[in-house]
Amino acid sequence: MSKTDVTRRGMLKTGAVAGAGLAVPTIFTAQSAHAFTNEPTGGTVTLGFNVPQTGPYADEGADELRAYQLAVEHLNGGGDGGMMPTFSSKELQGNGILGKKVEYVTGDTQTKSDAARASAKSMIEKDGAIMITGGSSSGVAVAVQALCQEAGVIFMAGLTHSNDTTGKDKRANGFRHFFNSYMSGAALAPVLANAYGTDRKAYHLTADYNWGYTTEEAVKSSTEAMGWETVAAVKTPLTQTDFSSYIAPVLQSGADTLVLNHYGGNMVNSLTNAVQFGLRDKQVNGKDFQIIVPLYSRLMAKGAGANVKGIFGSTNWHWSLQDEGSKAFVRSFGTKYGFPPSQAAHTCYVQTLLYADAVQRAGSFAPCAVAEALEGFEFDGLGNGKTLYRADDHQCFKDVLVVKGKENPTSEFDLLEIVEVTPADQVTYAPDHPQFSGGALGTCNNGA
Amino acid sequence: MDAIILQILNGLDKGSAYALIALGLTLIFGTLGVVNFAHGALFMIGAFCAVTLSRILTLSHTIIDDTQKDFLGNPLKVEVPYVHDIFGVATGDAIIDWAVPLSLLFAIPIMIAVGVIMERGLIKHFYKRPHADQILVTFGLAIVLQEVIKYFYGANPIPTPAPDAFKGSFDFGAALGFDPNLIIYPYWRIIYFGFAAVIIGGVFAFLQFTTFGMVVRAGMADRETVGLLGINIDRRFTIMFGVAAAVAGLAGVMYTPINSPNYHMGMDFLVLSFVVVVVGGMGSLPGAVLAGFLLGILESFASMREVIDIIPGINQVIIYLVAIVILLTRPRGLMGRKGVMED
Amino acid sequence: MFKLEKTDLSLLVIVAVLTMFAPFILNPFPADSAMAQFNAGYPDLMQRFVIFGVFAIGFNILFGLTGYLSFGHAAFLGVGSYAAVWMFKLLSMNVVPAIILSVIVAGLFSLVIGFVSLRRSGIYFSILTLAFAQMMFALAYSVLTPITGGETGLQLALDDPRILGVSQTAGGNIPVPSIFGLEMRSSAELALGAWSFTFNVGYYFCALIMLVSFYVAIRIFRSPFGMMLRAVKSNQQRMNYTGLNSKPYTLAAFVISGMYAGLAGGLMASMDPLAGAERMQWTASGEVVLMTILGGVGTLIGPVLGAGFIKYFENIFSKINSTILHEWFAFLPDGLEDLLVNVLYPFIGKGWHLTLGILFMLVVIYLPGGLVEGGQRVNGWFRNRGAKKSTTKTTPAE
Repeated sequence: MSKTDVTRRGMLKTGAVAGAGLAVPTIFTAQSAHAFTNEPTGGTVTLGFNVPQTGPYADEGADELRAYQLAVEHLNGGGDGGMMPTFSSKELQGNGILGKKVEYVTGDTQTKSDAARASAKSMIEKDGAIMITGGSSSGVAVAVQALCQEAGVIFMAGLTHSNDTTGKDKRANGFRHFFNSYMSGAALAPVLANAYGTDRKAYHLTADYNWGYTTEEAVKSSTEAMGWETVAAVKTPLTQTDFSSYIAPVLQSGADTLVLNHYGGNMVNSLTNAVQFGLRDKQVNGKDFQIIVPLYSRLMAKGAGANVKGIFGSTNWHWSLQDEGSKAFVRSFGTKYGFPPSQAAHTCYVQTLLYADAVQRAGSFAPCAVAEALEGFEFDGLGNGKTLYRADDHQCFKDVLVVKGKENPTSEFDLLEIVEVTPADQVTYAPDHPQFSGGALGTCNNGA
Repeated sequence: MDAIILQILNGLDKGSAYALIALGLTLIFGTLGVVNFAHGALFMIGAFCAVTLSRILTLSHTIIDDTQKDFLGNPLKVEVPYVHDIFGVATGDAIIDWAVPLSLLFAIPIMIAVGVIMERGLIKHFYKRPHADQILVTFGLAIVLQEVIKYFYGANPIPTPAPDAFKGSFDFGAALGFDPNLIIYPYWRIIYFGFAAVIIGGVFAFLQFTTFGMVVRAGMADRETVGLLGINIDRRFTIMFGVAAAVAGLAGVMYTPINSPNYHMGMDFLVLSFVVVVVGGMGSLPGAVLAGFLLGILESFASMREVIDIIPGINQVIIYLVAIVILLTRPRGLMGRKGVMED
Repeated sequence: MFKLEKTDLSLLVIVAVLTMFAPFILNPFPADSAMAQFNAGYPDLMQRFVIFGVFAIGFNILFGLTGYLSFGHAAFLGVGSYAAVWMFKLLSMNVVPAIILSVIVAGLFSLVIGFVSLRRSGIYFSILTLAFAQMMFALAYSVLTPITGGETGLQLALDDPRILGVSQTAGGNIPVPSIFGLEMRSSAELALGAWSFTFNVGYYFCALIMLVSFYVAIRIFRSPFGMMLRAVKSNQQRMNYTGLNSKPYTLAAFVISGMYAGLAGGLMASMDPLAGAERMQWTASGEVVLMTILGGVGTLIGPVLGAGFIKYFENIFSKINSTILHEWFAFLPDGLEDLLVNVLYPFIGKGWHLTLGILFMLVVIYLPGGLVEGGQRVNGWFRNRGAKKSTTKTTPAE
């Protein structure tokens, strides 16, 4: 090792002398010489896919990555084009973005904000990524979004459900297609009132971190507006694996409904534990005891097995939707990988297409131009019906699915059935809604 | 009152898992003097023995059902387990249903083999090395084991339910004269507690009442002297490592219906079980069991709503807080010996 | 010079040269070549190398000299970061006050935790430090969210009340950390033919601080105080019997190494103004233990090497995906290509944890003295091959 060091240094010295003598002004460039960060100059453009590849969300990350690879294939004109033909905007030609071939780099967020930022930084600094996308948790999304704002690249959020991502932590360079806690609450409440009546006593178990807080608040306020009463809301440590000591006291409290504001492994374990305690066989206040999971993920529902049967929740998208866009996407994804895509895969695919389309319409990769093209953009044909990318907070407004665990699944993917498609109007809120207050978009940043 | 009884039940149940893992850790530490960071991984491997057996039992061949469609609109492929062909549908389903208890038999030879291979292949070379090296190499092993499991089984949890006969919960309240539904506890968790009690009792009886156990205890107290007496203590210690691995593995098997197993469940338990061992006192078997139940019960009490309301966040830190208090008041944990692991 | 012995001085000079020329050394491959994947010479990773180097040097002062294995050192790095970010939020974007405060805060925390934990030794000490760190992590993640930002981490906002400085730049953005006006993130690029090299202000700032820390560590190692600490490691009992109270020495070592951790935390926040709670988790504490042991416990250069090794792995290996593998082996026949990719894929990209685990085991089994021992063995091997060649040897042997 030492010997190569010496020779390398020697080589570099000669190189440096020669370089300095030849053309100092052109080779020694400060970064501000570019119009914006990582302006693509050659025939290719690089996107950064930052997904969890290790840790508890690795399977979700793997599905996101599949969707990204599919999207890149379609953008470059390969495959069957997926949702490009059904997309209402017809700007994308299948010849890359603005004629540049799409390439990508991948990174591992580890579902830790530090690691996710390190990974995103390396994509921006080393690989020249012009856009960062992905992630499977809100903490990571918020952290990477702030980083992209600072660095001057666009961030297209992956799976992030917390209100904060487009609420108090929103950024001008960040965009979210996925729905949020408020929308879950607003969509679920009427369905729950229909199914379970309006005089329920709810007991909340909430994962003790930001996403848990916003989800609890959203579900609480929308169910209370329906006439439900909240008996108690207990915070559970994120690292908890056995929830028995939190679930055991539920019946004693006189509650007849249990709301599990948990996601991922937390949700699998708390739901499994709750069913184990036989809560759903009990009668309280003359009513059948019920359990609700505000945010469903099919991948995670699989981990809970038969325990999800008959349990209500909400989801951003599901492969059994019958609109043209969804059908095209499921066909394309299913043919390539042999199983239907998850909601995480869907939102990531759509985000990539939306970004590419916005660049195409703006005619530039400059983040501010792209942001302007995305702001207030209305589109259809991407699986969620008519959708608006609201300019005020960079949140997509679209229909929300209320789903229920299926009683008789026909396959290992067929776990959820759609109960209702809540129209976008019903889940739309004012930009200054109290659950989203504090924080500001700021101005878009083109970087150096 | 009812709330307190309930949390004691909870604590006993949680404590069972802690005690079983800590017992195995202490067995290894007490006999071989090795700090085994891969012990959580053994627990995880045990759980995946159950997953594997239920996969084997549900091994299927596919038949095409033209009446139903899959998600792409092609005819649905229906999986038919081979056990259905061999035993008929009813018996076959019953066998699949009992996969977890059956795994106990399946896991014992596997875990003993894993333990013996680990000891002979790796740990053996680390007896004379510093504890830090032991920690590092077993930690590396733990990472390798869990990544291998992740490669084959994915990162998501895999549901492995208990047999139908044990679903639902027992109403202690009604039995004790309280109102119904006040104190209910799942059957499977009650079984887990009973199972832990049997295993712990078995290990103690084995060490206390058999000649083999006596030699091992003598070896724990003074390895050199026992060796000088012409007894092959190394071989016995290898067997004890296998036993410790089996204890962790069986704890893992029985744990699968409580929480769906995933590849990092070993790491989740690792730190906690070390705290348990240290609070109990390094090298003390009764200490490990006592500390396991103590911490389980305290953790349950700390997660009561009434307690969290008074001291926010107490449920997050109770175990560590107790560990600090005990270590400061009792220098070597509850029942530790002087001079063990203090340098 | 610098009141150092000759070998130490040459070690310091070598480290200084290596860090100053790191942008060249870490980018040995042309930017467009397939091997560019292995280039590590971009600002973020270079900063991480030296910051974790500082962290590991500090940890080694405690563990390497006294033998006290702290399993909660990441907590001090965490509080250091929080202190620095709060300084950015409230006072100014200048990194100097932020770093000073982070060192002070980490020092105070380590004084309290060290005072309590050092009442026990051996594994009991390790568990005490672990317990404190885990408590801090759990609380920072949940109930202390207003102070720490919880899961998201503590970050800057557009409406921070910055006393010395502006809340927003003229462009409506959050200002970036700087040292007296020179922004940490600004870089210059040098393109030489197919190669390109990045020189980053933040990196050189961190590198200078790392060199100072390294120098201080050498002085501590060679001082009477360092001798005392070594005595604690070799036989504390005998030391006590001679009438010496070892506690003040160990406590001082604990606080010093806690301050090093705080310094590393402050630097991390200065490079990237966000402080996440995961930095304090036990796995993060375990990482610095791994770095130190992997590099070589008790040696001066070892921890720095170990830190570089692990961070390189985390950031470079994890980014290799199957597409890249296919590109590498594209020249092979299809069947062979797929086979090779399938064999390699479990070990890289998303499987980087697996490779790291295997490497830990190999290093611990075959190189108990860590990478430094490996270097010495290679060195010895070269010497045996021919005395003339050994003069070019630069791998520092401590």
